[in-house]
Amino acid sequence: MTDPLHSLTLAHYLFTGAVLFVLGVIGFISRRNLIIMFLCTEMMFQGVAVTLVAFSRYHQNDTGQTFVIFLLTIAAAEAALALGLVVLLFRRRRTLDAQAWGEMKG
Amino acid sequence: MLLLADQTVVEPFGAVKPLLFYALAAVIVLSAWGIVLSQNIVRMAVYLLLTLAGVAGFYFMLHAEFLAAVQLIVYAGGTLILIVFGVMLTSKNPFMQLKTALWERFVGVLIGLVIFGLLLFGLVHTALPTGAAATGESGGGHYQVAAIGRALLSDYLVPFEVAAVLLLVVMIGAAFMARRSAKQGNG
Repeated sequence: MTDPLHSLTLAHYLFTGAVLFVLGVIGFISRRNLIIMFLCTEMMFQGVAVTLVAFSRYHQNDTGQTFVIFLLTIAAAEAALALGLVVLLFRRRRTLDAQAWGEMKG
Repeated sequence: MLLLADQTVVEPFGAVKPLLFYALAAVIVLSAWGIVLSQNIVRMAVYLLLTLAGVAGFYFMLHAEFLAAVQLIVYAGGTLILIVFGVMLTSKNPFMQLKTALWERFVGVLIGLVIFGLLLFGLVHTALPTGAAATGESGGGHYQVAAIGRALLSDYLVPFEVAAVLLLVVMIGAAFMARRSAKQGNG
């Protein structure tokens, strides 16, 4: 009845969001450059946002879109602070390697 | 949108929509894959731009036009520029590479696959409606910007104010960090 190639369903969007989120997780864990880890968190944000907007569309309810507005706010604030911190850390150690700050594990 | 009879709303791209979806999904996933694999950080920023533009295309397809515009302005216009500035400020050699050990990559991929399996399990075992109704094709003539604005200032007024305070705190924090580093540079 429903051919996945010719009709779009909610599951299509959810699947893409899941793939985007998981790629972000893989990148965040397997890379060591602080800026790249930051880019990967942005990818995870995008995966979640796609899911929220898809559900919002399906339920004909604007709550999901409102949440994405908040998510964008948090992401922008996080970008400003995280990049500022990365620049400060770089000035102190002259490297972007997350491993250089390993002694902060406590 | 074009109103034919009283209720029929002509979709802007009816039959092309699945093709458009697959094209955008391919752009998003391939450029995300490029971010994970690439060794060149400037190229990764360009891939991130492609991912963000593809997600904005998704928002257009989901009739979230306002969000699509905000996505392009805030992310492509703001965050990405910040990232490029960060790259320029933090490295004399923007093409330097940091290698991870093979087992670290293996653990990363393993954790990612486990999470993906869980998400897929949830997706398959949830009774999601299928067909045209699932993407809400019936809804038209709905003023999203007004609805979002009303929601922000009524139901979500407290989170809205908290977000405002958060932005203020971030602004003060960023200014504080910039000033301290300037003092260190002088003395």
